[in-house]
Amino acid sequence: MRRTSLTSPSTGSEATAIRVLVICIGNRFRRDDAVGPVVADRLRERGVETVELGGDGVELMDAWAGGEHVILVDAARSGATAGSIHHFDAISTEVPSGLFHYSSHQFSVAEAIEMARVLGRLPPKMGVYGIEGKDFSYGQELSAEVEGALETVTQAIVDEIENAAK
Amino acid sequence: MSKGKSMVAAKKKGNAKSKAGKKVVSSTRNIKVDALARVEGEGALYVRVKDDVIEDIRFRIFEPPRFFEAFLQGRIYSEAPDITARICGICPLAYQMGSSQAMEQALGVQVTGTLRDLRRLIYCGEWIESHVLHAAMLHAPDFLGLQDSLQLAKDDPEIVKTALRLKKLGNEILEVIGGRAAHPINMKVGGFYKAPRKESVRTLIEPLKWGIGAAIGLAKVFGTFEFPDYEDDYQCVSLRHPDEYAIHEGRIISNRGLDIAVAEYPEHFKETHIAHSNALHGMMMDGSIYYTGPNARYNNNYAQLSKLAKSVAKDCGLGKKCNNLYQSILVRMVETVFACEEALRIVEAYEEPDASCVTIKPGPGIGAGCTEAPRGICLHRYELDKEGRIVSARIQAPTSQNQPQIERDLRGVVQGNLHLSDEDLKWRCEQTIRNYDPCISCATHFLDFSIDRE
Repeated sequence: MRRTSLTSPSTGSEATAIRVLVICIGNRFRRDDAVGPVVADRLRERGVETVELGGDGVELMDAWAGGEHVILVDAARSGATAGSIHHFDAISTEVPSGLFHYSSHQFSVAEAIEMARVLGRLPPKMGVYGIEGKDFSYGQELSAEVEGALETVTQAIVDEIENAAK
Repeated sequence: MSKGKSMVAAKKKGNAKSKAGKKVVSSTRNIKVDALARVEGEGALYVRVKDDVIEDIRFRIFEPPRFFEAFLQGRIYSEAPDITARICGICPLAYQMGSSQAMEQALGVQVTGTLRDLRRLIYCGEWIESHVLHAAMLHAPDFLGLQDSLQLAKDDPEIVKTALRLKKLGNEILEVIGGRAAHPINMKVGGFYKAPRKESVRTLIEPLKWGIGAAIGLAKVFGTFEFPDYEDDYQCVSLRHPDEYAIHEGRIISNRGLDIAVAEYPEHFKETHIAHSNALHGMMMDGSIYYTGPNARYNNNYAQLSKLAKSVAKDCGLGKKCNNLYQSILVRMVETVFACEEALRIVEAYEEPDASCVTIKPGPGIGAGCTEAPRGICLHRYELDKEGRIVSARIQAPTSQNQPQIERDLRGVVQGNLHLSDEDLKWRCEQTIRNYDPCISCATHFLDFSIDRE
């Protein structure tokens, strides 16, 4: 697993830099579930390194351990219009129930966040981007709706990182 | 284990969620579990009861079949460990090591000494992470009347914190020896791609010392649970090794006199397709059903456990035999204690070997391999052509072998608990299935629950 925490290049000083850890969750072979990894690709093109995970909650809690400001990106399946972007602050709000689908085993992203809340293991700051998908079948192509949301999500994450560095 | 909010399970809540004893007036009951939670994979349970007699009970596995055995054909022998590892993300080593052993037998080589020790060590890691995840996070909530591990974390955070750290310890062993926690990348036919550095292996010493104590702590907490009263006369099949509590190598034995080399298993075990399930049902050639898993190992090989593991077993209420599979949660923790001890012993003695693997010359042959996956024996058999390509492959995962026994247990449990409400009966059935820590993904080659009471 690669772990890169970001230090904004504009600040030379370590002391004032805020570390943002972007974790992109998903499976590249389950169509819209790939949206997390695909956002990771887009972020990489813009110089932002991320951590890619398959969605195992235990692994996820380990991945953000020590992070100060964490951004999670994952596909959502709540019944909303495909391509819509759910963004919330995981520190101030519970994960809206039914937003993420359950993984077939262990526990999911939502459960990992709530478990971490109970155990006092949430980072000081955590933003979650859930991109509503519609097709989670086998395959590598995103639906047009999710494809259409990529740029907006990527830009929002870049903005969040830049704001954190200010 | 920290003080404060301790793992005292004084709050055990009985077994099912209460209100037992409710008289059922209607004579027809259908119980359905449409998607079983807290197991790996997708399955369902259907029960039909008429006039308090079970008419039908079906434990269905509808996880799609995966055809691994077919697409291994034509592959070179050395690809089998990494391809078969993908059958399971929880117990990849059962596949990597079983297939490696089979290939080694087919090609006439043996892995001994330090390389063998390293295999046992990494397998201990798999036992620790898999056993702790299942026992503490998936099975323990059943005994506390809680819905899931999140509720358990609210109820008794120390259990969950300890379990998460122990599971991580198991993962760390896989990372240090295997290069990665899921689907290790360092395992090959003949040994390892690279021998781990002594200094990285030694980083495991302190965590393992902690792990022994932590596992004992969890075992004692689970020992205070109330266990439903259900036993069966299990035909226990496991590995046995003359020198050690068998984990990754041995002969296949049973408590009914079976004692065979792994290569002989096709003459003694068969798999049958049943219409209601995508998993094959395993049984003995004589049609008898059997059980494989922690209690089978414990019953067959108790004498070979360490002194400490035996004393932990005694302290949490286990005898030398255990035919109550609800207590498999205890056996899993006893085995976790043992696995931590074994791992520590190997880690402390480790010196880097001269070669990371034995040399292999590809060629024709037939070989079989078998290891004790956390949930039971995992059998492999391959036939290779003169270039070392796979002509045929056969893999029997523990959950498919256990499926007939799971149905038999369910039948017994439902019959003995018809006084329970549908909701409580469903709870008890799910708990019963989880006794097996079933890995449905592996078996398809798992749970919706329904009961019809007529």
